Amino acid sequence: METIKFTLNHKVVEVEINETKRLLDVLREHFLLTGVKEGCGEGECGACAVLLDGDIVNSCMVPIANVKDHDVVTIEGYSKTKNFEVLKEAYAEEGAVQCGFCTPGMMIASEALLRKNPHPTEEDIKNGISGNLCRCTGYNMIIKAVQRASKSGEGLW
Amino acid sequence: MKDISKSVFKVDNDEKISGQAQYVSDIMGYDFLYAFTIRSEHPKAIIKDINLPNLPPGYYTVDYTDIPGKNVVKIIFDDMPVFAEKQVNYYKEPIMLLVGKDKEVLKNLASMVQIEYEILEPLYTYDNSVINYHFTKGDPVTAFKNAERVISFDYDTGYQEQLYIEPQGMLGYSEGEKVTLVGSIQCPYYVKNAVIAILDTTPEMVRVQQAAVGGAFGGKEEFPSLIACQLAVAINKIKRPIKLIYDREEDMEVTTKRHPSKITLEAAIVNNRIVGMRSKVGLDGGAHIGLSGVVLSRALIASTGAYTIDNLDVNGDVFITNTVPNGAFRGFGAPQMLFAIEMFIHHVATELGIDPLTMRLDALAKQNDKTSTNGTFRDPIIMNQMIEKAMEMSDYKRKVKEYQNDDSFRGIGMSWFLHGCGFTGSGESTHINALVKLKKDEQNQVHILIAAVDMGQGVKTTMKKIVANVLDIPLEQVTYNNPDTDFVPDSGPTVASRTIMIVGGLIARAALQLKQKWVEDYEVIVEERYQQPSYVKWDEETFQGDAYPAYSWGVNVVEVEVSKVTYQVNLLNSWSVYDVGKAIDERIIIGQADGGQMQGLGYGYLEVMRTKNGKVEHKNVTDYIIPTSVDAPSMETVIMDNPFPLGPYGAKGAGELTLVGGAPAVALAIENAINHKVQSIPMTPEKIMELINHGNN
Repeated sequence: METIKFTLNHKVVEVEINETKRLLDVLREHFLLTGVKEGCGEGECGACAVLLDGDIVNSCMVPIANVKDHDVVTIEGYSKTKNFEVLKEAYAEEGAVQCGFCTPGMMIASEALLRKNPHPTEEDIKNGISGNLCRCTGYNMIIKAVQRASKSGEGLW
Repeated sequence: MKDISKSVFKVDNDEKISGQAQYVSDIMGYDFLYAFTIRSEHPKAIIKDINLPNLPPGYYTVDYTDIPGKNVVKIIFDDMPVFAEKQVNYYKEPIMLLVGKDKEVLKNLASMVQIEYEILEPLYTYDNSVINYHFTKGDPVTAFKNAERVISFDYDTGYQEQLYIEPQGMLGYSEGEKVTLVGSIQCPYYVKNAVIAILDTTPEMVRVQQAAVGGAFGGKEEFPSLIACQLAVAINKIKRPIKLIYDREEDMEVTTKRHPSKITLEAAIVNNRIVGMRSKVGLDGGAHIGLSGVVLSRALIASTGAYTIDNLDVNGDVFITNTVPNGAFRGFGAPQMLFAIEMFIHHVATELGIDPLTMRLDALAKQNDKTSTNGTFRDPIIMNQMIEKAMEMSDYKRKVKEYQNDDSFRGIGMSWFLHGCGFTGSGESTHINALVKLKKDEQNQVHILIAAVDMGQGVKTTMKKIVANVLDIPLEQVTYNNPDTDFVPDSGPTVASRTIMIVGGLIARAALQLKQKWVEDYEVIVEERYQQPSYVKWDEETFQGDAYPAYSWGVNVVEVEVSKVTYQVNLLNSWSVYDVGKAIDERIIIGQADGGQMQGLGYGYLEVMRTKNGKVEHKNVTDYIIPTSVDAPSMETVIMDNPFPLGPYGAKGAGELTLVGGAPAVALAIENAINHKVQSIPMTPEKIMELINHGNN
């Protein structure tokens, strides 16, 4: 057991825990942030994606010790931002949500992409979200949603 | 009146996008115990003895001796045990649950359970038929006797895994003698009825609620009944809330998949026309029959695809093997058959040296033609228009000739297909007999009370639209919560492309009734029950008559490029035209079309799952590859208007239709690119290499 201090959704938090525990489990079970989903548990599907110091990571592959003194944002924290509102609107307009299980991770991937590249091409978007699996949509509507957000959110990213 | 097809924002967008939607694993707050399943380590063996470690206090085992009812999961064919008793019949068959507070302790205890087996010889080949169906149309014997030529080809198809992103899961608790189960499920009443039987109790003692469902595709049709039975027995014994959530590997190793198949088709040819056909189909059912017989009948009925063939002999078997049981998957037998028939008609034409398009257009089904089971295509068929449209969008005619003759390794393929809407045969009236309710409360809010599950296909939105449109009230004045069997009647399972056409049709009629009975500020409840149209006649024994009340139709065109170096297939473009009667929401239908198409294409060229010595070899997302965003082609979809008189606003089924044409379209495109006949899916780079080097697969 060790005390791990980190920033979670813009607040400093402390948790006493086995330091090898997966960040995913700590977020879900300790902090009840269940918007972070477990789809595969091996870093392949992206359903558990969160922002770690602004970069996308799969929280199932991160031991909690690794976030000590770092900054973690989950969908719950991200959903309080202006960027989220713009992306949410774009996802709804394009029909990018079906079962919704991949959606929080997909939103995080979209944000991470737009931060690095505010005006992505279709190819950029395909590459940017390729770490996130979706079995419902065939991806086209998600790709269009990111394109739409990039235009409607001009200046935000 | 407003055009119902005009899209609205989906009603569950906000909760899903923000991560607030509650899937079963997200439900916290009860003091849950966890269950871990102890499974067989052999594909076929007799259980001689089980040695359990000493269990710490608060830890329990649950096995067949704890079952109050009969040890079988009530599905359609009741042969799957809830827990294996004396013998196991597939690798990882469930034997018992370990239940307790700490997941790590459970895993540790599980590793100490020792089971002694007497190993038996497993069977993996298509030799033990447990179901055989046979039917004919016209006079196939004479047609083959008088044929100028008989042409035959074999086809085979592999497994497909649903790979919903949310793995299977269920939780439950008891209040007194009453057991409540909450799960990721398609069919609340299948689960309820299975649990009533396993606990040998009465309907009011079992309550089933649907949590948000993270994808299903048929995978959550019958399988959740097994987990629900195990969990209900555990709760009945331990009297504590228990959670049973699979991780990905367990899910992929033990849950039902699409049946692998072997299909042989034979054509009797006179004057360059197919005058008769023999269809022989074998499905690998896995270790238990479950839904395999129903899957087989849908496959057999689809033997002639979108064509009319006058003389027909259809014969099919379900074979039992010592592998994981196969079951429901979007398309339900049709994807295997439609792959075979679409390839076959091309291969026959090629063999005869005639243009496949000419042969197909000549054989295409028309209104009033007899179906494969001597029923009638009563409603207008607009396939000619749809085919024209698809060929124009894709520039098919030019490309197919060009790619045939050049060495670009590009190819284009076009599939034509239909899908019967609703349960096969008289299933809707004899097995389901759906009941729906609408309740208007004193605040004039209208509640939709049905057992249909929104698993991403948008049914919460579309049902609300139907009710709001009929009653001419705003969408917000209609409520549709996740089904809870304590409140909703049995409107049937969320399967078989029946939800909008059958349940939505009943809801539209109920809304009309409510409109007439509406009294402001008073509670009003109305009901509607399914009645089979009197002209639909079906004989389940002989497979004669109208197998479905209506058919949806589709055309897919796919363009690919095959790498000359690695033989990897790259999807370039996909164009689709669908007749689903009438779209209840255009954007939702196009979403279904895109996703179904991607899943159907994946089935055709990419998704490989095999078993070796009875074990699933591809049991995680690293080994079993599904399409990613990088694999997605650009997609263009056109939805036609061809209203079906009995559907709500003319709507027919749509969910499965969008998958079933994907595999033949991509297989034909690969064939066009490499100039070799494709008879097997998935068409992997290894198989393409074999074809190019040796001419066979």
